This record gives sequence, structure tokens and C-alpha cells, in this order.
Amino acid sequence: MRKFKIDHKFEFTTLITLYAQWIREGKLKVNSDWNKDLKIKFTAQDPCNMVRKTWGQKMADDMRFVIRTIVGEENFIDMVPNGINNYCCGGGGGALQAGFTDQRRAYGKVKFDQIQETGATYVFAPCHNCHAQIEDIGHHYGGHYNVVHIWTIMCLAMGVLGENERTYLGDDLKDFGLHKEEPS
Amino acid sequence: MSLPIEINEMAPDFKALVLDRVPAANLDLCLTCGTCTAGCPASELFDMDPRKLVRMVVLGLDEEIAKTPWAWVCTMCTRCINACPMKVDIPKLVYNMRAGWPREKRPKGILGSCDMHIRAGNAMGVPTEDFIWTVEDVAEEIQMTDPRFQDLQVSVDRPGAYYAINQNSREPVTEPDELAPLWKILHAVGADWTYPSVMWGGENYCLFLADDEGWRYILEEFVYHIDNTLKCPVVVNTE
Repeated sequence: MRKFKIDHKFEFTTLITLYAQWIREGKLKVNSDWNKDLKIKFTAQDPCNMVRKTWGQKMADDMRFVIRTIVGEENFIDMVPNGINNYCCGGGGGALQAGFTDQRRAYGKVKFDQIQETGATYVFAPCHNCHAQIEDIGHHYGGHYNVVHIWTIMCLAMGVLGENERTYLGDDLKDFGLHKEEPS
Repeated sequence: MSLPIEINEMAPDFKALVLDRVPAANLDLCLTCGTCTAGCPASELFDMDPRKLVRMVVLGLDEEIAKTPWAWVCTMCTRCINACPMKVDIPKLVYNMRAGWPREKRPKGILGSCDMHIRAGNAMGVPTEDFIWTVEDVAEEIQMTDPRFQDLQVSVDRPGAYYAINQNSREPVTEPDELAPLWKILHAVGADWTYPSVMWGGENYCLFLADDEGWRYILEEFVYHIDNTLKCPVVVNTE
């Protein structure tokens, strides 16, 4: 919209900004108790479009605040480098649809190595492109991590994640905290 | 056989074109330090890297530049310009390389999604009524099966909602159940929200295709729908 100087009345924001705001305001009641004993380790990708290209380090910081709140401070292991200096996953800019698969995967090797280095078994990829690319390079290079959206783990932490909403969870969390109806 | 460069015969037309479109691209200021290349995951792919590309542009190797598929391997992630001491705008240079390809020769996958977005209002080509049906169907399932969400509210094109939420268009089509966790969070905080049905989808393939006209059209239609029809004060892009 800036490029074409299109005027608009609405304000533009992202879900992550809102998650952070709602947690700080106490509206979104969520914590990391569910992971206190499990100690499942998470890392996170900084989507280029949201972080480096639009909202900068503040977005990266908000995302980490949200993630640490829902998985626990000690269970979040950051990639190196991170924030506005993080590497692109290699799926952006249309790369997933461009047809140069070998080159896209060679590009993604950098991201794969960064993830492996953290030792985390779950990667937050709060962008559809990053999510697809990080899954693909994980399969291609033989990684053993799962790729998740923030909303999945957020709902898991709140105890409201439904049975059909667990496609991207590993076996360790497939049934975890599943709400069972009392037989009436 | 290598030949000496004849400075007087150089005709960097592409450089002139890019500088005309992007006056602040700083292409002549490159110090050849290589900071861009050292931090670029696309370096060496197709025997190309950002520093080499800028040299080629400055030397006027326009034919080679026009041909390299590297334009589609670089993701325009902006890590290079972020690190560049002279702020050479390599991402916008790459965007203009893409724009230089005949439209029909650009990658089919991106081209198809851009055209679909213009034609159908979303990159997956979902008819609006199918989108509404999917949303209502998933919502009903949750309301029926989980008493905690009996009064879960979802809507499409509800005028006056506070938040207009822009979902990636692949989710309702290929994995509709993935929509639900977000709704539950919005329900928990009592958010007043709706999905817009015009030019929705957080993605924009016309941008990737370097199709300015298509990109602008999508944005204008979207902005008009939000500002004039729905009058939502806040637009939210999802994860």
C-alpha cells in the first residue's frame, strides 16, 4: 500500500502483535504449566515479511514474549542468528511455487542447520510459506522436528485444542490434554 | 578466452532502468565488500551471488542478467540490504529483474496464483460461497461437539466488526480444521471480528510475480472493501 500510495483508513497489524497485547492486558489467560514436566523444546522462525521487512525487531521481540509465555522461558531455544538478522527459510518470494526445487532446498539447508543446532523438536513458523518450506526441508534432510503455528500451541496451553486440530503435532502431543466429555 | 573490459563500450541500460524506477537503489555505491553475499543463503546457486549480480549490473552485462533464473531463487528477503553499509537495494533490483521477464515466461506456479487472485479474489480460486460454507461448517462442528464453544461466533463480511482478519487462502481449502484454534483464541478474548471476502488471503503472488498492475489492483479492491463496505478500523494478517 505504501508502494502504490494507496490511502486507507484502517490500521494494519498482525495476530502476533495482538497476542502479545492481549497477554499483557490479562485478556488472554495462558501460561506454560502444561510444559513444566514435559520440557518440550521449541525454537522459532522470524518470518521475513513480518519481521525484517515490516515491523522490525519489535515484532521479533513480541513473538518471543508470546512463545516464552506459552512454552516456558527455559523451553525456548533461539536460533542463531535471530530476529531481524535471521535467515530467510527459502520458501518466500514465491520460491515454493517457482519450480526450482533443488535450489530452494539448497537455500533451505541454512535454515535446517540452524534448527538442528538448537536441538528443539518443535519449530514455530507463524507464516504459511515458512511453515511449508520448513516442513519440506525437514523431510528432505531427515530432520526430526515438527512445525507448528502459534495458535496450535496456544490452544494446547489453554486446554482447548480439539482432536482434529493436531495435524502438525508429534506423537508426544497427539493426545495431550484432549478434552473428554463426561458420559451423561 | 577472457577479454579486457572496454570502459567506453559499456552500456548499463538495465542499471539506468532500475535507477529510474528506484532512485534510492544506490547501485553505484557498492563497495564490493561482500557482506551481502556472506549472509545470503542463495549465494552460489545458479553460479550467482548478490555481489556478483551488482557488478554485472554496473558493468552492463544486461543479457546475462536478463537470463539468469537466480531472480526466482533469491527470495527478496532483504537480509542483504539490511546488512549493506551502502544500502544497495538488491531486493528491488531482483524485483525488476523478474519484471523484465516476459509475463508468460515467468514461473507457472506464481503466474497461475497471481491470475487466480485477480480473477477469483483469492489465490486458491475459492468461490466466496464455498469459503462461507467451509467456515460455517467447521464452526458448527465445534459448537456441537465442545460445550465450551457453544456460542463461538464466526462471520464473513460482517459490516462494522472491529477486526478484519486476513487468512491465508490455503487454510480453508486444504486444512479447514486449522482455522479453529485461531477462532478459539479470538473467542477467549471476546474479539469482535470478521473475515473479508474480497481479495482475501494474506499472500500476494502478483508481488512475487513482479506484476505491479495485478498487485495494485488486488490492494485497491481490498482497501475499498474494508474501508467502504465493512468499515473495519483494523486489518489483521494472520500467522
